[in-house]
Amino acid sequence: MMAEFDPTILAFCCNWCSYAGADLAGVSRLQMPPNVHVIRVMCSASVKPEYLMKAVSQGVDGVLVLGCHIGDCHYMTGNHRTAKRVPLVKKIIRDVGIDERRVRLDWVSAAEGEKFQKVITEFVNEIKGLGPNPLRSVRF
Amino acid sequence: MPRVGVFICHCGHNIASVVDVEKVAAYAKTLPNVIVAEHNLYSCSEEGLGSIKKSIEKNKLDRVVVAACTPRTHEPLFRKICEQAGINKYLFEFVNIREHVSWIHAKEPKAATEKAKNLVAMGVAKAALLEPQQETESSVIPRAVVIGGGLAGLTAASSLIAQNIETELIEKNNELGGILTNVSVIGPEFEDSKKLLDNYAKRLMGSPKAHIHLNSKVTAVKGFIGNFEVTINENGTEKKIPAGAIIVATGARELVPKEYGFGSLPGVITQLELEKMLAKGQVPKSAVFIQCVGSRQPGREYCSRICCNVSLKNALRIIRANPKSSVSILHRDIMSYGTASERLYREASEKGVKFMRYGLDSPAKVSKRDGHLVVDVYDETLDEILGLETDLVVLATPMTSQEDATDVGKLLKVPLDKNGFFLEAHVKLRPVEFATDGIFICGSARWPSSAKEVICQGLAAAAKAAIPIRRGKVVIEAITAQSDPEKCAACGNCVAACPYEAIEITTINGKMAAKVNEALCKGCGACVASCPNDAMQQRGFTTNQLSAMIDALIKSTVEGT
Repeated sequence: MMAEFDPTILAFCCNWCSYAGADLAGVSRLQMPPNVHVIRVMCSASVKPEYLMKAVSQGVDGVLVLGCHIGDCHYMTGNHRTAKRVPLVKKIIRDVGIDERRVRLDWVSAAEGEKFQKVITEFVNEIKGLGPNPLRSVRF
Repeated sequence: MPRVGVFICHCGHNIASVVDVEKVAAYAKTLPNVIVAEHNLYSCSEEGLGSIKKSIEKNKLDRVVVAACTPRTHEPLFRKICEQAGINKYLFEFVNIREHVSWIHAKEPKAATEKAKNLVAMGVAKAALLEPQQETESSVIPRAVVIGGGLAGLTAASSLIAQNIETELIEKNNELGGILTNVSVIGPEFEDSKKLLDNYAKRLMGSPKAHIHLNSKVTAVKGFIGNFEVTINENGTEKKIPAGAIIVATGARELVPKEYGFGSLPGVITQLELEKMLAKGQVPKSAVFIQCVGSRQPGREYCSRICCNVSLKNALRIIRANPKSSVSILHRDIMSYGTASERLYREASEKGVKFMRYGLDSPAKVSKRDGHLVVDVYDETLDEILGLETDLVVLATPMTSQEDATDVGKLLKVPLDKNGFFLEAHVKLRPVEFATDGIFICGSARWPSSAKEVICQGLAAAAKAAIPIRRGKVVIEAITAQSDPEKCAACGNCVAACPYEAIEITTINGKMAAKVNEALCKGCGACVASCPNDAMQQRGFTTNQLSAMIDALIKSTVEGT
C-alpha cells in the first residue's frame, strides 16, 4: 500500500498580521497538519512572484501567501499589491499546466488564530486532494 | 566561509515534549556552514544566553541561529547576546519551533520533529547569507496623544504631564470621566468617584503641558514611532497634532440587554441605571440582580470580570441604607476575586443578601403579576422554582467594546480580538503595548477592568510611552531597502510602489538610478517585489536569502523523498 501523500507546503506570512495570527494559533494550542513551513516577511507586498513560481516549479506542492485584511495593512496599502499580484501568478502557473489552486492568497489578522488554523487545514487538505506537484518528478 | 552556530531550545517541556531536540541538533550539525549545534533547556534564561555567548566566542561563530519561540517577542534578546559576544546583531536568525511547531502539532511528535528540521535548515540557509547592518536613529517629537478621557486616559495623561511631557487628551464627549461619570461610588472600597475624577481633572487643567480636546474625534493617523501626525476633528474644526507616541484609552461600554423584559417592563434596569438611581439617593426596598446577562454564553463567551463585584457593591449599598431591604443575586458563579472583593461577598452574605445559582439552561423569567415584578428562578440547591417579588430587577450585562473601536483600530493599524477589544502585543511580555512601536493601550479598551486595574494600566502605558519621548530618539531597525545603482534601470516601479515616498530617481555616478531615503523607509519591501531587475533589496530579507530558504525547504523535503 502506498503511504499517504504528505505534501510540502510553503507559506509567506507578513510580520504584523498573519505571522502574529500564526503565533496566536500556537499560543492557543490550535492543532493543524504539520505540512506548512512559514517564511516571515515584513509585508505580503514584498513577496516576489518569482518566489512563488520558484517554489512551484521546483516541486513544492502548495504555496500560501497570507497578509493583513484589506484596510489593515501595517504599511497602508501593501496588501492591495499582493491582491493584484497573486492572481497573476495563479494565471501564469495555470497557463503552464499547473493547477492554480496550488497557490493561494488569504488574509489572517493578528487576532485570527482560529482562521489561521482553518486556512492551513483547508489548504493542506486541498493539496492532498490534488496530489503531488507534477513538477516534483521533472525538476530542472 | 560563514561559521554558523545553531541553538535549539527545549523551552522546558514546551518544545522538547513534542520535538526531539537532540535529533534536530544532530541534523543541524550536518547542514552546510554549521560549526556547532547545541540544545539548551531554556535558551532565553541567563544560563542559556550565557552558553550561547560562550559558544560564539569559543567556536568563533559569525552567524547565530536560535530555534525556539517567536521573533516577535524574543528576537531583541538574542540579538543583544550576539552583540555582547562581539558579532553584529543582524547576523542572527530566528526559527520558530514552538508557536509554529510543538504547540500546534502536539500529537504528532515525529512529523513535528521533521518540520522543525526543515525550518532549521531554512534558517541556516538564510543565516549564511546574512550581512552585518548599521542601524540609524530618528528623532522623536516630544509630545504624546492620549485618545480617550475616561479614567484610563486621565491617569495616563496625568502621569505624562507629571513627567513634563506635552500631552494632548482627546475626548469624544463634552466632558471628561468616561463611564465613571455615571458611577458615584467605586468598589470595593466605596470611594467617591467624583473626587477621584476631579483630582485628575484639576491636575490637567492646572498644567500648561496638558491640552484637552473635548467633542473631538481622531479622523486620521499618519507616521510611526517618534513621528506621528494625528488629525482630529474638534467641534467641527480639523486639527493636526504631531506626536511621538499615542496611547489608546477608549474604554468600553455597557451592553444594552434584550432579555428579561428590558425596555418593556418598568423596573427592569441595567447596572448603570441603578448606579444613577443610587447616586440620586433613590434606594429600592427590594432588588433582584441577575448576573451574566448576555455574557458567558455562545456568541459572547467572555466573562466581563467586573460585574460580580459591581453587583456586590450595589447590593451592599442598598442593604447598608436599609438593613430590612430584600436583595437577591442570581448568578452562575460569583467571581469576587481578590481580597477586598471577597470581603464584600462575605459581608453581603452576612447581611442577608440571598445568592442563588442558576444554570445557562434554566434562566430566570421576569414578569409583572398583580402590579409587582416577579422573578421566577429555578434554585439548584432547593430543586424548586422560586417566585421572587421585587421592586427592581437589575441586569448585570457585560462591558463590550466601543462602537467605534474598529474605526480606531483601522486608523492606527492595530488589531482587535474577536470580541472587539484591542489586542496587545503580548499578554505577559508587552501587556500595555501594541506590536506597532509607539502605540500603547490601557484600560477597558483592552479588557473590562476595575478602576484600580485601569489606573495601573494607565500608569504603565504612560511610563512606556514616556521612554522614546524622554530619550528623544528611536533606533530604526536595519531592515530598510537599498538599491544597487549598477542594476537599476531607473524605471520608477519602486517609486510608485513605495507608500512613504521614500524613493526617488536621481543621478548616481552619472547614471539615473533609484535612491532610498532611509529616514523615510519603513522596511515593508513593496519596492523589492516591484523591481524587475533585482536592483532593490530589503536588508535582512534579500532575494538571495529568501531564495536560499526556499531551496533549503526543497532540498530537505521534495528532494529528500
